[in-house]
Parts: sequence; C-alpha cells; structure tokens
Amino acid sequence: MSMASIKLTDVSVEFPVFNAASRSLKNRVLSVATGGAIDRRVDGHVIVRGLEDVSFSVKEGDRIGLVGHNGSGKTTLLRVLSGIYKPTGGSAMVDGECVSLINISLGIDPEATGRENIKLRAAMMGMRRDELREQFDDIAEFTGLGDFLDMPFRTYSSGMQLRLAFSTSTAIRPEILVMDEWLSTGDEDFKHKADKRLREIVNTTKILVLASHSRELLQKNCNRVLWMDHGRVRMDGPTDEVLPAYFG
Amino acid sequence: MYRTFRTVGPGQNRRTGYMLPTRTGFLAEAFADIGAALEKHHLATTFSWQDVAQRYRRSRVGAFWLTINMGVLIGALGFVFGTLFRSPMDEFLPYICVSLIIWSFISSAINEGCTAFISAEGIILQVRMPLFTHVLRTLYRNAIILGHNILIYPVVLLAVGRAPTWDVFVAVPGFVILSLNLLWIMLILGVLCARYRDMTQVMQNLLQVIMYLTPVMWMPRTLPDGISRLLLDLNPFYHLISIVRDPFLGQLPSATSWTACIVFAIVGWAAALLLFDRYRHRIPYWL
Repeated sequence: MSMASIKLTDVSVEFPVFNAASRSLKNRVLSVATGGAIDRRVDGHVIVRGLEDVSFSVKEGDRIGLVGHNGSGKTTLLRVLSGIYKPTGGSAMVDGECVSLINISLGIDPEATGRENIKLRAAMMGMRRDELREQFDDIAEFTGLGDFLDMPFRTYSSGMQLRLAFSTSTAIRPEILVMDEWLSTGDEDFKHKADKRLREIVNTTKILVLASHSRELLQKNCNRVLWMDHGRVRMDGPTDEVLPAYFG
Repeated sequence: MYRTFRTVGPGQNRRTGYMLPTRTGFLAEAFADIGAALEKHHLATTFSWQDVAQRYRRSRVGAFWLTINMGVLIGALGFVFGTLFRSPMDEFLPYICVSLIIWSFISSAINEGCTAFISAEGIILQVRMPLFTHVLRTLYRNAIILGHNILIYPVVLLAVGRAPTWDVFVAVPGFVILSLNLLWIMLILGVLCARYRDMTQVMQNLLQVIMYLTPVMWMPRTLPDGISRLLLDLNPFYHLISIVRDPFLGQLPSATSWTACIVFAIVGWAAALLLFDRYRHRIPYWL
C-alpha cells in the first residue's frame, strides 16, 4: 500500500453568496436586457471566505487535532480534506482513501428496518457490496439490537438508533479518517464497546483528523494540533504547545 | 459566472489544483466523476430502490398508486380525446396508454433531474461521492416507476381485444437510447438548476408546452393538412417518444427517428460533458 499523505498549499475557499437578486435566472435575463453596467452591479455578489492561504502537510502516522471557535473554518477544512470542496485558490493533495465520520446518521431511512438501514448506511460510506456481505453479521452483532433489527428504525429509542448508525459507520477502515467531534454513544455498556472500537479505528488509520472542542480528547488522541482562526491557521504545532495556548 | 467569481477573489495565484491522484487533461474531471459513478453503480441502484421502497412503507399498494393514477388518467383521457378526435377506441386507447406512460417517464425524469443535485445536498456536502450518481439515481427511480406503469399496457390491450406483436422488443434499444438522452439532459439541468434555482420552474413550464407540441395526447396523423410535418420532424421529443412507443403499437420506428435520437445523444453528451467538466467542482459551493 502506498503512503498516505495530505499536502495543502495556500488553500483558499470562497463561497459565493447569491443574494436573491443574483441567484435567479429572471434577474439575470432582465439585467442583461437593461445593459452591461447594471448587470455587473446586480451581479456583484458577496463572497464569504471560508479558508485563506491555509498551508500544511500531514504525513503518515500523524494524528491531527483541529481547534477553533465556531465559524473559524474547521468544517470547511474538513470538507476540503474529504474532497467535497475543491479549493478556489491554491492546491490540495489528499493521497489515500479518505472517509469522514461527520454525520453518522446520513442516509438512514426511519421507515426502513434496521437491516435495510445497515445496507443503506454502508452504501453511503462507500462500502462495496462484497465488503458489506462479509461484514454484515459483525455489524449486526455489534449493534446488540437482536430481533429489533427487523423492526422499522423509527421504533428504536434514540440510543438504539445511535447504536445502529455507529456500528455501521465504524465498520470501515479508511487510510485517512476525518471526524467532527468524537462519537460518544449510548448507555454505559455500549459506550465502553464503542470507545474501544473507535480507538481501534484511530489506531489502524494512517492519518486521523479530529475536530473537537474537548481538550481531554485532543490530548489523548492527537500528536499535533491546528488552531484555526478566521479561516487561517493561527498555530500549528505539537499538542502540548497548542492546547495550552488555545484553551489558555 | 465562474470567471467573475475568480477575478473578485484575492491574490494572484489562481492555480487550482486538486486532489486525489486523478488524470488531468481534456474533460478529465467529468470523465473521472462519471466513470466513478458507473463503477460504483450499486450506489445509484441502492438509493433508487430505496426511493421506491419508501412509497411502499405503510401503504399496501405502494408505488402502484402512481400506476392507478396513471390508469385512471389513461381511461379518462382515452375516452375524451378518442371521442373528440373520432378515433376508433381499439386503436386510440393503446396509443394514449403507451404515450402517457412514456411521456410521464420523460417529464418526471427531466423535472426531477433539475433537482438531482439540490435534493442530494445532504449527501453531497457530507461524503465524497460521484455527483453523477445522483443523476443516475433519479433516472433509475423513474425507470422503476415506468416498470410499474407499463403493466397497464397489457390490460388495455386485453380491454380492446388486441394482441401485441413481436415488434414490442424493439422498444428495448429504443428505451436505452431514450435513457442516454435523458441522462445528458438531466445532467445539464441538474448543474444549471443548482446554480439558478428558478430554472426548475422554467423547465416545468417548458415541459408542459412541449407536451402539447409533441404528439402525446394527439396522433401525428390527426395534424391538419395546413401544418407542416416540420413540427414533428424538428421536435426531438417526437423522435424520443417514437423510438419507444412505436414498437408497442406494432410499428417499427422510422430511420429518421433513430438517427435523430442518436445524433441528439451525441451532441447533447458533448455539451453536457463540457459543462459538467467545467462546473462539477462548483456544485457543492452552490448548494
């Protein structure tokens, strides 16, 4: 297997904000009809800069923590790393199979049974059919839901729903794992099992990127922390240096 | 749009490289996405079956409700228009049956194609998945519903006491070519509608007009003498519907129709690839 790596060079991400005036075709046609000058004014939409000149590289074995206040660009950065946003400036090279555990309930259909939902969720994670066939029984067992797997998802308690989503989502072993907050789940019993499973994944992935507000969690899992502030990297260094600076 | 956007941005370095060792070159981004969507074909099939399965939950009849609606529509329109046009029922009823079924496939595929990306916003912003998968899903979903609706056809044939001919099987290549055409139309509209939300409404109205301009509810030969055949021959939707409909009515589609549809597919796909290649990476930003 090749080495996994991430290299961001001067990455900027800018969101066009289409106000009502520029987003609709009607206005566009009308403004063209009334001449170029107005067109430009009507069309001069606002841009929100999500990331600005972000550069860093990650080598295999790195466990990166992401800290920053709300709106500092953490989620945007995670999306760049997951290959969802292509930078509008600079370049991002992500080498390795990357999976994000951001919303582990994505793809779940409340009316479908537990079993069907395992299949749906696995497909959403990008698991191939043969992989799923191999792992299905393990996943089903890990949920600990027993006969409830044949019941519609909506009949589950919220703890049970989380169990199912968690079990399926963590069945995958990517090279690069992107997480927005640690997934803490369920009752004490399951929590123990879940933490063990998460640690397993974290240990087997080549690169971990974990955004979190929890100092303890970052301290425990990361060897390097990026502090994001207003879309820029404010500080990038060993966990022991960045965390005290950020948390004060 | 894109150019304006880039020039407004800061800095002089506008080099936009990306991501995961992919091929670079002419249309590389479009081909990479569509290739991946075809490779991960099971995603589109899984989600589209799921879409249809949702209609079955807590409903005994499920997706067949659409078929029942369609059946009622065919019965009513068949009776009204058959009488208006003074067409013999045993000929007109099968005609309007197949027409409406295929047209509803075409129009709902195109309408839902407009929102293929918009309605998949949750997925697109959370996981990396080929965007073309969402277009395929939309087409498959409608194809499955078409599979439900087509069951009305044998019932209608029975009702008017006619037997199908072997020509029916020619509808299969016809359907494939129709689908290839729908896919590029949906891809283009999906991109445009993600950017310009009004386009969805525009398309809905446009499709309404196209439906009346195309022989769906009226038969081509009922056109008054004064009106040129160009109304038919220059209408791509006439050819698209013909290559699937004619075989069901015991005729073979004309060579003109086949050629038109194939040319339409080639030209359309070329345009769709160019557009998709250029704007694919902008779509998540527009959602």
